[in-house]
Amino acid sequence: MTLYDWLLFLHVLAAFALGAAIVVYDFVIVSSRRWSLPAEVVRGFRIARVGDVLVRVGAVGTLVFGVWLALKEDVYGFGDAWIIIALVLWFAIGALGARSDKIYAPVKARARELEAAGRDEPSPELVAMLRSPAAVGVNAVISVLLLLLLLDMIFKPGS
Amino acid sequence: MLAAIRPDSWNVPVFLHVLGAMLLVGGLAAAFSAQVLAWRRSDSGDTVALARTAFRALLFVVLPAWFLMRVGAERALARESLGSADLTWVDIGYITADGSGILLLVAIVLAGIGARRLARDGGGARLAQAATVLSAIVIVALLLTVWAMTAKPT
Repeated sequence: MTLYDWLLFLHVLAAFALGAAIVVYDFVIVSSRRWSLPAEVVRGFRIARVGDVLVRVGAVGTLVFGVWLALKEDVYGFGDAWIIIALVLWFAIGALGARSDKIYAPVKARARELEAAGRDEPSPELVAMLRSPAAVGVNAVISVLLLLLLLDMIFKPGS
Repeated sequence: MLAAIRPDSWNVPVFLHVLGAMLLVGGLAAAFSAQVLAWRRSDSGDTVALARTAFRALLFVVLPAWFLMRVGAERALARESLGSADLTWVDIGYITADGSGILLLVAIVLAGIGARRLARDGGGARLAQAATVLSAIVIVALLLTVWAMTAKPT
């Protein structure tokens, strides 16, 4: 395998990690429509931990290996429309991901508090936090941006 | 490398193929995570809920994603006239896609029966664990496929 093959493999592998993380989060968020007990929330977000690992590996890997590829290959350049679009989408996904973290951290903390206090009963407060338009909306936008990133990487507009 | 820039008519099936593969990996990551957590929990309520969640991820995310990935692959091969070509990376793709499809079907059945029996009488843990092992095997096979699809060994 040439260096180009390795870089492309690692870039695509990282993209799969990033995509998989967002699918895991979406799955947990859709599943959360059925939750009302603190224990359900705590348990559900444990599943999302694999997403936390994947999103870090994926975000760093796509950027590092993507930039390396663009630097190494003469055919690609940072002035190409599809590379500029990809970088903008990458940063937008990162910023919204940080926003999503901030929205869901209090939900997880509150669920753990209620569970530790032995109050494992239906909690309207948790339900409201989980179904808030901000929480659901941010993750929906992240998914759409990831879809656009994938379209950009495959169709390479302007190349 | 020039193969990375394709005519637009080829891009739609490639997009569907890659989208399906990403959904497949993500669904498997969610299912595998729930399965491993279920395996490690001592509380029976937790174990049942996690086993059910894993089953739902396999049935409602992984299975449709596998079909999207597979149909996209077939259409991409037809567009690129590679269906009858003797290429190692295409062969690897066929073997891992079809093999993982069979393993996933078995995993879904085992996860479903396992979750049902866990809820009914606390049995079925072995079935759920077998589904976990199958999910892990499919994840490894998909990693190998990502390598084959990018490095394209001949």
